[in-house]
Amino acid sequence: MLSEIVFYVNDSKVSFIGDPLTRLIDVLREDLHLTGVKEGCGEGECGACSVLKDGKLVTSCIIPVGAVSGSRIYTIEGIRDTEKGRCIIDAFAEGGAVQCGFCIPGMVMAAYALLSSNPHPTETEIRKGISGNICRCTGYDLIVESIRLASEKGGDLWA
Amino acid sequence: MPQTAIDDRIVRVDAKAKARGEAMYVSDYAFPGMLYAYMIRSSIPRGTIDDIRVPDLPEGYWFITYKDIPEEGRNELWMIQKDWRCFAEHDVKYVGETIGLLVGPDRNMLKYLADRIEIDYTEAEAAITIDDALALKGGPIIGEDNVLCQLYVEKGRPVEEVFREADSVFEETIETGFQEHVHLETNGAIVTIEDGKYTFYASAQCPFYIRKAVAGLLGLESEDIVVKQTTTGGAFGGKEHFPDVLCGPLLVAEHRIRKPIKLIFDREEDMLYSVKRHPSKITYRTALDKDGNILGIDGLVIYNCGPYLSGSFVVLQRGVFHANGVYDIPNTYVKGIGIATNTFPSDAFRGFGAPQTLYAIETHMEHIAKRFGIDPAEYKSRYFIKQGGETITNGHVVERVVLPEMLEQVLEKSDYRRKAATYAPGSGRGIGISFYNHGGAFTGNGEQSIIKAHARLVKTGNRVRIEVGSTEMGQGFQTTLRKIAASTLGISIDDVDYDNPDTSKVPDSGPTAASRSTMIVGRLIERCAEEMKERWGEGDFSVEKEYEHPDGHPWDQSTFRGDAYLGYGWGCCAVEVEIDSLTHEVNTVGIWSSHDIGKAIDELVVHGQVNGGIIQSLGYASMEKMENRNGHFRQSSMSDYVIPTSMDFPKQEWGLVDNPYQWGPKGAKGMGELVFNGADAAYIDAVERALGIEIHKIPMPPEDIEEALRDAQ
Repeated sequence: MLSEIVFYVNDSKVSFIGDPLTRLIDVLREDLHLTGVKEGCGEGECGACSVLKDGKLVTSCIIPVGAVSGSRIYTIEGIRDTEKGRCIIDAFAEGGAVQCGFCIPGMVMAAYALLSSNPHPTETEIRKGISGNICRCTGYDLIVESIRLASEKGGDLWA
Repeated sequence: MPQTAIDDRIVRVDAKAKARGEAMYVSDYAFPGMLYAYMIRSSIPRGTIDDIRVPDLPEGYWFITYKDIPEEGRNELWMIQKDWRCFAEHDVKYVGETIGLLVGPDRNMLKYLADRIEIDYTEAEAAITIDDALALKGGPIIGEDNVLCQLYVEKGRPVEEVFREADSVFEETIETGFQEHVHLETNGAIVTIEDGKYTFYASAQCPFYIRKAVAGLLGLESEDIVVKQTTTGGAFGGKEHFPDVLCGPLLVAEHRIRKPIKLIFDREEDMLYSVKRHPSKITYRTALDKDGNILGIDGLVIYNCGPYLSGSFVVLQRGVFHANGVYDIPNTYVKGIGIATNTFPSDAFRGFGAPQTLYAIETHMEHIAKRFGIDPAEYKSRYFIKQGGETITNGHVVERVVLPEMLEQVLEKSDYRRKAATYAPGSGRGIGISFYNHGGAFTGNGEQSIIKAHARLVKTGNRVRIEVGSTEMGQGFQTTLRKIAASTLGISIDDVDYDNPDTSKVPDSGPTAASRSTMIVGRLIERCAEEMKERWGEGDFSVEKEYEHPDGHPWDQSTFRGDAYLGYGWGCCAVEVEIDSLTHEVNTVGIWSSHDIGKAIDELVVHGQVNGGIIQSLGYASMEKMENRNGHFRQSSMSDYVIPTSMDFPKQEWGLVDNPYQWGPKGAKGMGELVFNGADAAYIDAVERALGIEIHKIPMPPEDIEEALRDAQ
């Protein structure tokens, strides 16, 4: 059954006509060419496809597009040139958080969601904040350190 | 722009594009008219194919099998040998063996069609475990005895003689399980035709391997195939030979269809139907005197290879050559057997056979120490091999061995001595320690006799381009290599380019494997840069260098005698745990390490490798359980094959010792695998002490700890 679903992606209005059970990730990657959204597992376990839905971190591989009607979605492409997005990306680069990079756009989204709600997280809070995002390369220490760096350098940005 | 010095802290060259989501991984590519492929695989571990019934395919869909290989081609993938078939023909040897490739424009339709392909088999009894294969269950898979490959090494006096002098003999068998790579990016490749040549875009460690492996399918030469590496989202050995298994069928399909075709595994396919780390069964029989001194070791190392050789013989060799760990054992005999089973073929995984034997020897040494009431760290340190000491292959350690210094670093930072003395066995708290090494680069004279790596630097104006076949897969090589070039030339790293390799444009620098890239290719680039620097004023030119083997490393590949490696990285790791007495959940409270990698080219890159390698090793020891039941892997997703999250292990303390390596660039040695090779043993040592029992296998998730405790009672 075809439906029309209207929502916003990175501040642009999107009108999707098709099967409402289509995965959000497929709409983002295939229809909108937002390939910064990565598919790592397809079952909501690894967090590589993380996006913000109305300010909350969600995994776009297990959300049907029908469930985002009227929502505001942000992907890495929508935040990377904002002040907050740049702050996190710069901190990730400087702090050595990036290796193969496949988990990183999702990890940046997780850091964005975390710092937006908790500007000065403790190490444990950072670890909890990214616990839904799997990284096979780094062992996480430098990602945690980079998020702390973003918190510190961002200052009032996160308040 | 300022000159880049080797000790400068720099930002990884690929970090921002990756963090911004701009880096292009293979799944991000699309070509006009591109089709998709879905692999049809064997659903039984062993048997014959009686019939394949394919539904009527809609217009624009194909089902490609071995019958589509042209007359001039051969149904084989040329890895090290040519035994791994591109497509199964009349029989299958493992669950997941490629039977065909469905190709068409709509992925949902491909899955719909795949569900409607019916294959009739006559199933035969399969051999799944090492014991099954040794017992020739179902009859031999290979030859008469299932032995795919074997070797032995011998050092000192004949061990039978030594065992006659022993006061006691201690024998134990230690087993390790499958491990899945779980690179966050699954396997994938695209085939197309560009400028009249078959061209692959592939997530791969070794683009030149792919060309060689698949060309024969169409009766072509390697040079007729072009491979372009796409940004690779992790590999760890899982993308060394395995991309050949995707690219082979794709090439046969392209020969028929002549449109771009994309094959991307989903996570379930990547878990169930890709290579794994070799499970092992390792027996040490050790002759001891009355004080617990080792007189000699008789070892048997058996690796479960699956039915095809792939890289298994080289993996087994490395396992055997690391079977004495970091120790100078006076008399040794170690036999290695690669056994054929009906599991998915095992292949390269970070450490390449060394982690299994290193885990086993560390555990064995620690068990001996505990039986004689000696602290394991103290006991093991008595046997540390020294510079000039004889290796297990009758060669010598050429470099200065600084294990005592590394041990001291770790002892101090971890407060090991106090903790080891005060945590009572079985108290629920324990600290463990391990020592390990990793031979850098290809075995023996392989760099000279097999690979003969080339590397090139091209100067255009004031910019310099690196042309090598080595790949960035997350380990930081693009940064490392540019830093070597820039600091040697005395220019800024921003003036050095290094793109993902395209086999039609760069020389073959050998595979990105064996911890050889920095050590071997890095040195080649350093040599190119040294010459370029002298000739800098000559305008635009290029410098290409071929590998030169350092003198004084004798090796006989037919007898496995001599210097097995050009140099070793060395490591020491301590792990502290506390274990819940009710749930048996292990809480790791501290991780300390020290490594000798010669010299760090970039400390931040090294920091990331150390952290990541150690966590992968701890996952291997603790939670990464991959079971195989009658040929089928039971864990098919990231929710049932669990790898470490940010919550599972604490922040690490780590250190390096400075010990410049004579033949490496700026004194660097290999390190990517070393850092995987030892944390597992330290973890299990800690768990054993916390529980007051001996453990003889990994992984050890809580349910296995419970079982071990029951067995110990």
